[in-house]
Amino acid sequence: MTDSVLSSPLRDRIDMLRDPRLLRRALPAVSLAAILIAIFLINDRAMSYRGLDLMLKYAVPIAFATIAQMFILTVNDLDLSIGAFVGLVACIAGTWLVDQPVLCVLILAGCVASYAAVGALIHVRRLPSIVVTLGMSFVWLGIAVILMPTPGGTVPEWLKGLMSWKPPLIPFPIVACAAIALVAHVLLMESSYGAVLRGAGGNATAIDRAGWSLLRIRMSMYALAGFFGVLSGLSLIGLTTSPDAHIADRYTLLSIAGVILGGGEFVGGRVSPIGAVIGAVTLTLTGSFLIFMRISPDWQIGAQGAVLIVVLALRALIKLREGR
Amino acid sequence: MRALAARIGNKPWLLSFAGALAVWLATILFTEGKGGGQIITAALAFSTFTVIVGIGQMFVITTGPGNVDLSIPSTIALAGGVAMKIMGGQDGLIWLGLLACIGAGLAVGTFNYILIRLLKIPPIIATLSSSLIVMSVAISYGRGLQIKPPPSFADFTTAQVAGVPMLSLCAILFAMIMAVILERTVYGRATLAIGQNMRAAHLAGVKVERTRCITYLMSAAFAGLCGALLAGFSGGNALNMGEEYLLATIAVVVIGGTSVAGGRANVPGIWGAALFLYLLVTMLNTYGASAGVRLVLTGLIIIAMITLAGGDKPSR
Repeated sequence: MTDSVLSSPLRDRIDMLRDPRLLRRALPAVSLAAILIAIFLINDRAMSYRGLDLMLKYAVPIAFATIAQMFILTVNDLDLSIGAFVGLVACIAGTWLVDQPVLCVLILAGCVASYAAVGALIHVRRLPSIVVTLGMSFVWLGIAVILMPTPGGTVPEWLKGLMSWKPPLIPFPIVACAAIALVAHVLLMESSYGAVLRGAGGNATAIDRAGWSLLRIRMSMYALAGFFGVLSGLSLIGLTTSPDAHIADRYTLLSIAGVILGGGEFVGGRVSPIGAVIGAVTLTLTGSFLIFMRISPDWQIGAQGAVLIVVLALRALIKLREGR
Repeated sequence: MRALAARIGNKPWLLSFAGALAVWLATILFTEGKGGGQIITAALAFSTFTVIVGIGQMFVITTGPGNVDLSIPSTIALAGGVAMKIMGGQDGLIWLGLLACIGAGLAVGTFNYILIRLLKIPPIIATLSSSLIVMSVAISYGRGLQIKPPPSFADFTTAQVAGVPMLSLCAILFAMIMAVILERTVYGRATLAIGQNMRAAHLAGVKVERTRCITYLMSAAFAGLCGALLAGFSGGNALNMGEEYLLATIAVVVIGGTSVAGGRANVPGIWGAALFLYLLVTMLNTYGASAGVRLVLTGLIIIAMITLAGGDKPSR
């Protein structure tokens, strides 16, 4: 006890490093750094503009989907339909974006509006989000299958061009992911309405008593999720040549894993947009890591599960210290 | 009318059976009475598998918010592969294969519970992580090869008595036993108590952790058993065999009248809901709906059913 009274600036700094809260916040970045270092140690050619560009290509749509999921998790809900929704957006854009861009934008706006409507239904009727979004995943997938029974469709050149853009010095996926993280961060963490939105996840009654409409909050969150889902679908078809209904089936689980990996909690409105994007990038890199290790792609999803478990185990350890 | 509504309100599972009956009637009305019996036989046969895994999922969901077993599809795929490989097409090894598939399920369940307990993470995330690993194990173990079931095992899983599949009779008996376990045993009551209020249950002397452990082991073991039966029924194992059961188990549990917020469960409703879902798809098929239309309507009807049954009152 007497030691802390006599603390020097140096000791302060060391204590800060021991602070569990700081460790906790740094965990997503540390895990990303660990996996990057591992990749570079195995294959030093990966540490180039081209290497990073190739490895991180698919991080962009996954990051968008993860941010979409994060908005839903902020209000203590879970979206089991985001993967199917991203697939539907890919099919809609693949069908109309080239020939009838105006119609396509209107349809996509309608998709975002229906996401908000789902949020409203969940709120008004107090329905469990997992069941409603589960039902919606059938609806999205069904519409996508009607639109595009077999893989096909056309992708506009400008979208392909954007996704394969080679900016100077920093590869495009990194620029894009940083931009996504920044926008989501400002939206949710820095704005005053963002604080209200997060508050609705932490203590809904308090926010309600303070005069905010919980219905409108939930609808906004679902609309935001829908909007980022649309961006995920668009960026995804910019990377692939032929969209199909099942193109993003795995995104539902990946997006949940990404948010949690990035330090998001399951309840209480504790989320981190920057962490979520880092989580999405980490999951994308896990796949590349296995390829460099010459481990069979059979283990790719297993490795993503293992990364998730390791990070959660570390977090549990930090929590143990927090509790002390 | 109001009395009827109130009665259905008290027994939400009646709704699922009423739905199943309505959908069946709508189908045979369209076919002018032809094939009504065969449709019921098929519905019973396919619902059997949904019921077996659905009951496991029901116990998990009953233990409270955030409790969902997402590892069921991977476990089905893994256990189906393990069972077929060990049976190796020989009648004499059926017993060993069945033991092995339940063993594989128990192994997954143990892993799930260790994650939930040691890492103190929400079960939905724990089972999500483990499902990814289990799927990789299944892919690597089976090498994507399909192994045929032994002839007697295939016969058993497809046998019928007067139009009623043998397996369905077993599953009805199984559901009755599970209903007794839920309503009449210490374990069952403890599960319900934990779902209503974990802290209160703990203070009242309920062994919370032991009950949760049994619940996750049971769900995984049922998924394992289902994997072997499904492989026998469909003439061999396949990696995507369990895919549809993630959504199906959650849907039948909820439509069957079990509360997603936990603390209230219903076994007969699982049968009703499983029959309803299968008959619904059959009806849409009969009406000539395309795959896409079928999916859209299935989704909308699931949402309509849950909206109709009414959401849960806020737990706080």
